[in-house]
Amino acid sequence: MSDVRQTVAPQVGDDIAVQLSDVHKWYGEFHVLKGINLTVSRGERIVICGPSGSGKSTLIRCINRLEEHQRGNIVVDGVELTNNLKNIDQVRRDVGMVFQHFNLFPHLTVLENCTLAPIWVRKMPKDQAEAVAMKYLERVRIPDQARKYPGQLSGGQQQRVAIARSLCMNPKVMLFDEPTSALDPEMIKEVLDVMIGLAREGMTMLCVTHEMGFAKTVANRVIFMDRGEIVEQNAPNEFFNNPQSERTKLFLSQILAH
Amino acid sequence: MADHISVQGHPGSVTSTDDRETASAVVKPPALALGPLGWVRANLFNTWFNSILTILILWLAYKIIPPLVNWLIINSVGPGEGVTAQACRASGGACWAFIHEKYRLILFGLYPYEEQWRPIASILIIVGLLGVSSNRNFWKPWLLAVWAAAAVVIGVLMWGGVLGLPFVRNTLWGGLPLTLILSVVGLVVAFPLSILLALGRRSDLPIVKSLCVTYIELIRGVPLITVLFMASVMFPLFLPTGVTIDKLLRAQIGLILFASAYLAEVIRGGLQAIPKGQYEAADSLGLTYWQKTRKIILPQALSITIPPLVNTFIGFFKDTSLVIIIGLFDLMSASKAALTDPAWRGFYKESYLFVAVVYFAFCFFMSKYSQWLENELHRGHKR
Ligand SMILES: Nc1ncnc2c1ncn2[C@@H]1O[C@H](COP(=O)(O)OP(=O)(O)OP(=O)(O)O)[C@@H](O)[C@H]1O
Ligand SMILES: [Mg+2]
Repeated sequence: MSDVRQTVAPQVGDDIAVQLSDVHKWYGEFHVLKGINLTVSRGERIVICGPSGSGKSTLIRCINRLEEHQRGNIVVDGVELTNNLKNIDQVRRDVGMVFQHFNLFPHLTVLENCTLAPIWVRKMPKDQAEAVAMKYLERVRIPDQARKYPGQLSGGQQQRVAIARSLCMNPKVMLFDEPTSALDPEMIKEVLDVMIGLAREGMTMLCVTHEMGFAKTVANRVIFMDRGEIVEQNAPNEFFNNPQSERTKLFLSQILAH
Repeated sequence: MADHISVQGHPGSVTSTDDRETASAVVKPPALALGPLGWVRANLFNTWFNSILTILILWLAYKIIPPLVNWLIINSVGPGEGVTAQACRASGGACWAFIHEKYRLILFGLYPYEEQWRPIASILIIVGLLGVSSNRNFWKPWLLAVWAAAAVVIGVLMWGGVLGLPFVRNTLWGGLPLTLILSVVGLVVAFPLSILLALGRRSDLPIVKSLCVTYIELIRGVPLITVLFMASVMFPLFLPTGVTIDKLLRAQIGLILFASAYLAEVIRGGLQAIPKGQYEAADSLGLTYWQKTRKIILPQALSITIPPLVNTFIGFFKDTSLVIIIGLFDLMSASKAALTDPAWRGFYKESYLFVAVVYFAFCFFMSKYSQWLENELHRGHKR
């Protein structure tokens, strides 16, 4: 079944990175995602926003199978997410994820955090993995912290390590789940700057965030979710200046008043 | 990026830490200038309750320590030419002559007297290897090979029958080597087994999970004595006639079954303490289940479970003394055997004290080592 998908998907278009069609998910009786349709082209930067509990995290966690969807289908880079473990592994190798609480491995140094997956998943030789890791640590501007442990870094530095750790796997798509909302204000900028740099280089990004400035600067599309549905999606300018639905207007007024 | 709007703003938190640091740099703690007498007054007699406690403890010490010193040292009878049990009894002190007379029996059981260098060598190998293994830098695959080789060497030494060493049946093994073999082999086998049991108990596969739960709960619900009895009496019932498993091996299996169930629960506690985010981060990087378990979950889980793990190790080390009930001569049983000599009857205190000191030496080492290891493992990621 998966093989069929792999051959079918390129016909749909080689420029599609992620495609969700009619995706449903329930937590027990609770309907979290109610028929999500979303197509993300290669190089596209999408910002997802919406009130708490609207299913934003659940949506992007379905894209690398941290959560399982129960209906509809999700195709990532031509590979459909089914119960087939091989497909899941393949998707996870090609999709990077950055979490709200960093989730660095506290017992490993910054460098080891970055080289672990390349060495064990990509079977890269250690010195090559370290060279790659140093390259990305320089990219996020903390090469001098490579030998430290995560617990010795500030929140902003930790989040930049987390981004570097994902980049070391050379992902085709990056998922961000509120990457700055656990950070103190003065650290938010250093993380956003790294993300803006990534966007400039053409990384395909799906980012759950309430940083509206970031959305305006880099997003191709802003998606507003509420109660498990995509209520509205538009280019940032249109989205912020000319919201269509009442729910979007209410949400924007609340968030801008903050 | 000047116009970003943050949802959570904590303007106050930005400067507060800096303030605290500058403040503590300026104001120094008050200097303490207390003489010894002042110290006594401030710590031992500062309240009437503390004063009563202090006096009570001093009185108890006065009652206990002098008689103890008298018995242990002043009135004790050391080893010497012609010192007999009579002389010991007359003195009213400890009879170290008894220990001198019997220590080979207590330490090595019924192992042939002239061959006792073999268990001594075995003990030295075990203790030496434990020492080497306690250094983290040596935690490499070759260490396993060294342990395997050591097991063979110890087997050859203890049994003999080759290389010109006379054969010694394992029913004659006893004392400290037996205790060490039972506990070290027991823990070395039970530990990996317990990791698998703990992982199995948290598995998503219902069959694996229920098997592990059943095993752990069954074994934990039964006293060790019962497990040992079952191992020695019931195993043979399940075996085809003609096949016998050696008594020592049966005891060893019983001990392993028991230890693995206990250790599994300790390790499961550690696994549960690992935040969900660690699993998710490992998954999102594409690590397989076993890579995730080996590289991310177990190192963290085991390092936080060192105190309860060592607690269980120490308990297990001492619990091996229960093999006495199926007729094996471990350290404890051998010391009892020493007491049955009609010429030296009645020196219980000395005998048990001696055994206690030997047990204590090993347990104290384990305890100290675990504290050191804990520091060593946490040194890196402490804030
Ligand atoms: N494991 C779970 N079991 C049951 N319900 C869950 C679980 N995870 C999330 N939910 C529920 O699903 C809904 C959507 O959760 P989700 O985390 O996707 O929201 P969100 O949009 O990311 O919200 P936030 O902005 O607070 O992060 C919430 O109502 C939440 O309570
Ligand atoms: Mg969320």
